[in-house]
Amino acid sequence: MSNIVFDNVKKSFDSGLQVLRGISLTVDKGESHIILGRSGCGKSVLLKCLLSIFELTDGDIFVDGISVKDKKRRGEYMRKFSILFQGNALFDSMTILENAMFGVKQLGKKNAECKRIAVEKLEAVGLDESVFDLYPAEISGGMQKRAALARAIAIEPEILLFDEPTSGLDPITGGMICNLLRDTVRKLNVTALTITHDLKVAEFLADRASVLNDGNIVWTGHTKDMKNCGNEFVEDFYRASNVILDNKLR
Amino acid sequence: MNPIATLGHYTLETLREIGRVAIFAAKGLKSCFVPPFFWREIFRQIMQIGFYSLPIVGLTAFFAGVVIALQTYVGFTRFNAEGAVATVVLITITRELGPVFAGLMVAGRVSSSIAAELGAMKVSEQIDALMTLRVDPYKFLVAPRIIAGTLMLPILVLICDIIGIMGGFLISVTRLEFSIGTYLAQTMNNFVMMDLVSGLVKAAFFGFTLVVFGCYYGFNSELGARGVGNATTNAVVFACICIFILNSLLTALFFGI
Ligand SMILES: Nc1ncnc2c1ncn2[C@@H]1O[C@H](COP(=O)(O)OP(=O)(O)O)[C@@H](O)[C@H]1O
Ligand SMILES: [Mg+2]
Repeated sequence: MSNIVFDNVKKSFDSGLQVLRGISLTVDKGESHIILGRSGCGKSVLLKCLLSIFELTDGDIFVDGISVKDKKRRGEYMRKFSILFQGNALFDSMTILENAMFGVKQLGKKNAECKRIAVEKLEAVGLDESVFDLYPAEISGGMQKRAALARAIAIEPEILLFDEPTSGLDPITGGMICNLLRDTVRKLNVTALTITHDLKVAEFLADRASVLNDGNIVWTGHTKDMKNCGNEFVEDFYRASNVILDNKLR
Repeated sequence: MNPIATLGHYTLETLREIGRVAIFAAKGLKSCFVPPFFWREIFRQIMQIGFYSLPIVGLTAFFAGVVIALQTYVGFTRFNAEGAVATVVLITITRELGPVFAGLMVAGRVSSSIAAELGAMKVSEQIDALMTLRVDPYKFLVAPRIIAGTLMLPILVLICDIIGIMGGFLISVTRLEFSIGTYLAQTMNNFVMMDLVSGLVKAAFFGFTLVVFGCYYGFNSELGARGVGNATTNAVVFACICIFILNSLLTALFFGI
């Protein structure tokens, strides 16, 4: 288990767009933390800063005390994570089984051992042999999500990151994936950080939630306290999440 | 708008882009020599870039040989120099047209598909996924393509040279009243190793270049379908331009002009 500390993280792009304006946040060891925010507010950017896919403009991120900027400990830093990408990001030139084996192979294990681990993880996320030899494009979105999760957990990370885990799925499949994620996080006993715009997902998965707006974390606390937290944006977000359907139907 | 400022801006931007491509090429080249090596990927790219290019490249070479023989024959009969047809075919194919045609055809086929494939991988976050699975995208995606391109282009060109010369030979002995014996003798007598070798070395450079452009524009493709489209076009256009420039430089270098 690991903890994550965001220390005054700022990120702007060459276009001049300042997406993150000073994020400070601590995710404790073993916690399941959620970052909530509107679409386009910079949630994915924050995750990519954490994964050092984007370089920070200012501030720092520590995972178990290791800085994201520490080039010498880069390998050790990166080994702690695994991520479930928003669009799954399965390698489309490989079969489902090869996808699940891919990360394990890089750890230097023998082929048979990799295969055993991959099959075990694929079965753990509810996929059976019939899809192992299919390509990602040949299976449904929900199955792709499961396969991507199998690939992510096969490398035994200490931290699991989920980027919009239910987006693009119907509510029933989304609910099933949510359940699967919660069970997985509990069973593996890892630290989890989820980003989503969906309050339902947050309520279901989170121990604590943080709300991101305008490049800042405007509130952190338990999702059940959101309704009357005193912050106008957070309360609006909460209300909108619960009424939006009713308004549309009326 | 101040035209001089605009000109200056574009010049600087072009220089910057050249710098970025050069840095990318250097990084890609380095990753070819540092383990781990992804043998399966290397083999796959050798098939993709080398083997599957053979039909179009061979076809181009054949007709290039045919046309050179026909045109030189028409020109040279005016000076009663038709005897030189075999030699002209031999030299133009091995020195210039073999490598340049192969380079351009493979650029059209391979640079575009590399840019599109890597661009799509970038857009769908597959390149980010590689990094989080502890795989260096340069080693997994760029190095195998550079290795395949640089090794396979000379082999393609060698085959191309043979097919091109055969094209010239066939048209000459069937349509142009050459005897098989004399044509072959002339070809043999005028064969110079340096012509062939210079062409093959050029081919290796072209192979490297066209792969680098494909990978560079794929990696830097902007998000969305249009971004990938632009990346594909840029890769082919700049690979072709670069092949022509390199060809002139290498010709000057080899033949001391
Ligand atoms: N590579 C990039 N270059 C420039 N701008 C970017 C890049 N990636 C994201 N952005 C911008 O950052 C903002 C936040 O995007 P993102 O983090 O993807 O939103 P979301 O919260 O929905 O995940 C958007 O306005 C987007 O245009
Ligand atoms: Mg996002």
